[in-house]
Amino acid sequence: MILVFVESWNNQFKKASFEAVSYARNWADMAGCSVKAVVSSGASNPESLAQYGADSIATLELAATGAGMAGQLSTMMDGVQGVVVAGTAVGKTLAPTLAALIDGALSTNTTSTPSSVGPVVVERGAFSSKGIETIALSEGMPIVSFVPNAIGIEEKAGAGSIESASAAGTDKVAVGEVSVASGKVALPEAEVVVSAGRGLKGPENWGMIEELAEVLGAATACSKPVSDIGWRPHSEHVGQTGIQVNPNLYIAIGISGAIQHLAGVSASKTIVAINTDPEAPFFKAADYGIVGDAFDVVPRLIEELRAFKAAN
Amino acid sequence: MNILVCISHVPDTTAKINFAADGSALDPAGVQFVINPYDEFGLTKALHIKEAQGATITVLNVGGPETEPTLRKALAIGADQAVRINATPTDAITVAKSIKNHIQANAYDLIICGQESIDYNGQQVPAMLAALLDVPMVNACVGLTIDGSTATAKAEIDGGHATYTANLPMVIGGKKGLVEEKDLRIPNMRGIMTARTKPLSVEEGLSGGNTAAKAFRKPAAKSAVKMVAPDQVNELVRLLHEESKSI
Repeated sequence: MILVFVESWNNQFKKASFEAVSYARNWADMAGCSVKAVVSSGASNPESLAQYGADSIATLELAATGAGMAGQLSTMMDGVQGVVVAGTAVGKTLAPTLAALIDGALSTNTTSTPSSVGPVVVERGAFSSKGIETIALSEGMPIVSFVPNAIGIEEKAGAGSIESASAAGTDKVAVGEVSVASGKVALPEAEVVVSAGRGLKGPENWGMIEELAEVLGAATACSKPVSDIGWRPHSEHVGQTGIQVNPNLYIAIGISGAIQHLAGVSASKTIVAINTDPEAPFFKAADYGIVGDAFDVVPRLIEELRAFKAAN
Repeated sequence: MNILVCISHVPDTTAKINFAADGSALDPAGVQFVINPYDEFGLTKALHIKEAQGATITVLNVGGPETEPTLRKALAIGADQAVRINATPTDAITVAKSIKNHIQANAYDLIICGQESIDYNGQQVPAMLAALLDVPMVNACVGLTIDGSTATAKAEIDGGHATYTANLPMVIGGKKGLVEEKDLRIPNMRGIMTARTKPLSVEEGLSGGNTAAKAFRKPAAKSAVKMVAPDQVNELVRLLHEESKSI
């Protein structure tokens, strides 16, 4: 069977959780085996995973950290042919910890489903999106951690039987204060990102960026100079050394497009650049461009999008 | 306090990336190699700890002799000694096992890695190392204070932050925020001179691995940007809906 770790936050599944189950279903169909989902015993509606292909759903009391959860999963490997984890913050600790505990073969930053399963071969992003590596998971348990939003969700019914399980896992760190902005779209998982740079001239002008993000249901982001000078929090900085994003749509407003910024956004499916400078490097990386003043273009874009949303 | 800072030797961010004609590996011709940017934040954090409370800083790289200038640069920035583990770093778990062997033969209180290297973007070695050593680990670490044998680490999680406490020794997967960009140091002449005489030892590493890179290629070139006039924003909305199907 393919074991898939299904993450929940405040007892709700994330979009990446359904992507993980879909990924596992796809792999299991190639390998001719079943899909077992492992979820927190607190997660609401675990049976919903059946519609994405889970054959069995094991609920258990999960440890607090990715490393602790990996310890639990490492004891559940009987009959398992492969493991799928979404590359979220938790998954990024869980997957390599598990690989080390069971001496497995791990692909992280994975952007494709397996092209073969004997051994498992997948594609992954390398060289900060300037390269694509084809990697074979040749020795030991194959483990895939995939980039959220890189692989779609497919509805495909699985048997969906629920069983409760238990597995020991120890957290080696104590979790203190946790702060997550409520009501906002989390940047690493966002399908649409609206990002702005120094072209905005000052932090007081971000109102229209937030308004545009709200119309699109998008997360807001910014360039490195803007976070360095304190106009926006560091947690919004996308690019190399910041957050890497992989949305369907990335709108860059008043950002020149330095190579360090592009390294964090070039995996976006569609990029729109809006800049006053026709020579801005972002236009070379973008699908659509507007040479124009953000203070003129953005309010119009908000207006047009509102009209579009109202009509569709 | 003994601090180990793990360093990757990677192509400069601005380097053009080319692969060998058969796609088997990076073509290093014309590529300038630097200290992995994520590791620079870790090295600077180690220097801050040393200056505040005293420490010996060892920098370590897993790689061939061609990576030694990168280790010398770390010595010039302020590390006390360097270790090169002689191996071709092809698989994260093999790299982690080689580093584990070094750590078990030497007592370190704190192991700082960058959360990922900008070449293979695996984000694997720090967590693997912690699991192999059976010690605590915090990834995406953007703040660290050490008080005696206890560490308090702030980390990015999806959509926010969390704070963790752990007992040393531990492994950090660090990034910008451990120190700020303005705190990063470039070697001065005195540093470069003293780096020449600081110890750089070579130990043999492991080879092989559980994964095998089969091929590398560049992403398909983007088609030319479609420009839209600033007074035709409705056209952009149409393209995003009908052509790219983004909205």
